[in-house]
Amino acid sequence: MDPVLYGYMLYGISLLTVGGMYAILTLGLNVQWGFTGLFNAGIAGFFGIGAYTAAILTTSPHTSHVGGFQMPYVVAAIAAMLVAGIIAFLVGKVCLKLRSDYLAIATIGIAEIFRLIVNNETWATNGPRGISQIPRPFEGLPEPLNQFAFLGVVLVTLAGVYWLMEIARKSPWGRVMTAIRDNETSAKAAGKNVETFRMEGFVIGCMIMALAGALMAHYLKFVNPQTTDPLLATFIVFVMLVIGGSANNKGAILGAFLVWTLWSASEIVAPRLLEAIGMADAGIRSAYVRIFLIGLLLQIFLQKNPQGLLPETRPSSPGKNEP
Amino acid sequence: MAEFINFYLFPGLVLGSIYALGAIGITMTFGILRFANFAHGETMTLGVYIAWTLVQLTGFKSMAAILLVLMPVSMMLTIMIVLLIDKAFYKPLRASPVIILVIASFGLMLMIRSVTQFSWGVQLKTILPGIQPRMQFLDFFSFPLKHVFIVGGALLLMYAVHHVLTYTKIGKAMRAMSDSPELARLTGINTEKVVMATWVMGAGLACAAGVFLAVDTQVDTMMGFKILLPMFAAAILGGVGKPYGAMAGGLVIGVAEELSSYPWLGDGPLLDPGYKQGIAFAIMIAILVWRPTGLFKGKSF
Repeated sequence: MDPVLYGYMLYGISLLTVGGMYAILTLGLNVQWGFTGLFNAGIAGFFGIGAYTAAILTTSPHTSHVGGFQMPYVVAAIAAMLVAGIIAFLVGKVCLKLRSDYLAIATIGIAEIFRLIVNNETWATNGPRGISQIPRPFEGLPEPLNQFAFLGVVLVTLAGVYWLMEIARKSPWGRVMTAIRDNETSAKAAGKNVETFRMEGFVIGCMIMALAGALMAHYLKFVNPQTTDPLLATFIVFVMLVIGGSANNKGAILGAFLVWTLWSASEIVAPRLLEAIGMADAGIRSAYVRIFLIGLLLQIFLQKNPQGLLPETRPSSPGKNEP
Repeated sequence: MAEFINFYLFPGLVLGSIYALGAIGITMTFGILRFANFAHGETMTLGVYIAWTLVQLTGFKSMAAILLVLMPVSMMLTIMIVLLIDKAFYKPLRASPVIILVIASFGLMLMIRSVTQFSWGVQLKTILPGIQPRMQFLDFFSFPLKHVFIVGGALLLMYAVHHVLTYTKIGKAMRAMSDSPELARLTGINTEKVVMATWVMGAGLACAAGVFLAVDTQVDTMMGFKILLPMFAAAILGGVGKPYGAMAGGLVIGVAEELSSYPWLGDGPLLDPGYKQGIAFAIMIAILVWRPTGLFKGKSF
């Protein structure tokens, strides 16, 4: 194959692979923000918990960090989700009965504490240097088949999560969730246990985020505290969901791929544009321009089109549309 | 004992007064505009860089000149920028659910930070060059002069806040609106004016707190974000919407952070200094569990 074309193909695969992982993250946030109205400002933390759990459980023995368990990928992914779920439960226990702002503050705190632990507990995590040589499914296959195969893993996982979330959305459970989000008092009056439902939404969302983190660890084959940079892993996911359409699973996926494509395309275009107008340090400064613009895009959507590209559609009540 | 006071307690008070100044803005925004402002730390950073630029332009080198002349000018400039930000980004969302405002402030946090990093770069800078003299009291107490300035300046600003809130019409209106927005509106308080006053107070104090922190340590584009969590914790500890609570909360958290590395048991520090930043979070969680209204009976939503 023509090497240029081959390069484009690999770029396309990586775009779809990372976009797919962000789509899983966005679906996780959608359960919390879209359906339940909970603001999780610590997506990076739960994502990181997933990534580190999977990394520690699947790597071969190493002197610089805890490990050598060499567990199967699926077991590690489930463990990652369980760890994140337990931590989410504890955070939820404290914050969910309070107003949503407190959850936002507490979750950003959890992300920070997680970063502190990873940086300080060098015996377990190798500190700032991170964990390397994480295995990736199908990496033994010849290039580019291995890339395709891992993309397949991501897309199948995404499809699975989407399918489950669609079932949840249309189920009585999902309808109670949106009812609580829109009018807590009337949901309470209808005899729904608001706190339990919120907790379920929060924990499920965090578990999905951890799943995305586990996939990312295998994809990058490396995790360090920078992997859970609060900017990329938290903010961009919010932008994805708000632009795609909160409370719409299709919108979440659309937003994730769209924003991720814009984000990585701008990584190539922005430095050249700044260089063309003769700016010093165009390479470094273009990163700040991109962040500013993506922030501005979020503000425009919040003000002009808060429903996003694909607005929420409510499932019809059973019985209503039947003949 | 002298070591304890010189190297743990007094630095704790210095840090605490910086947190306190920052937390006043957070708690007032929380109480009056009803949202947790994630961009508050970046307001602080922006104020510091404005002050740093003024120092370079004027060539002032002495602490007194920086704190008495340049800091008030930077405060004014920061206030103006924050009022413009309010007009462009928060005002259109006033009728939206509060959580939308939280997201907007989260976005602004990154937007302001990217502007700072774009304009000034990420290299560390100093606002006050050279080695600072220490002051000696009664043979065994010795504090860096800059710390004395910081604590004194912070106390002065806190007194000013107290004066505004107690004796001026707008200050009383601010407290009224923080206590009950509906009642305040019914009594004919101009809410937009109160909102403006809240931004003025919050941004001015944020800039001052930032400059104090920069004088104490360094100028860094992440400095505001690094102390965002302690400021939130101070506001929650003191009771949301309670400016005096925020002052007390800030002092408690600053002192607790510094005292955590004192060798209370045995020879080593009680808590690994690497975890110092976790103290504020731990205090915040504890207060949310046992007394969500905070020490000063603030709001619990």
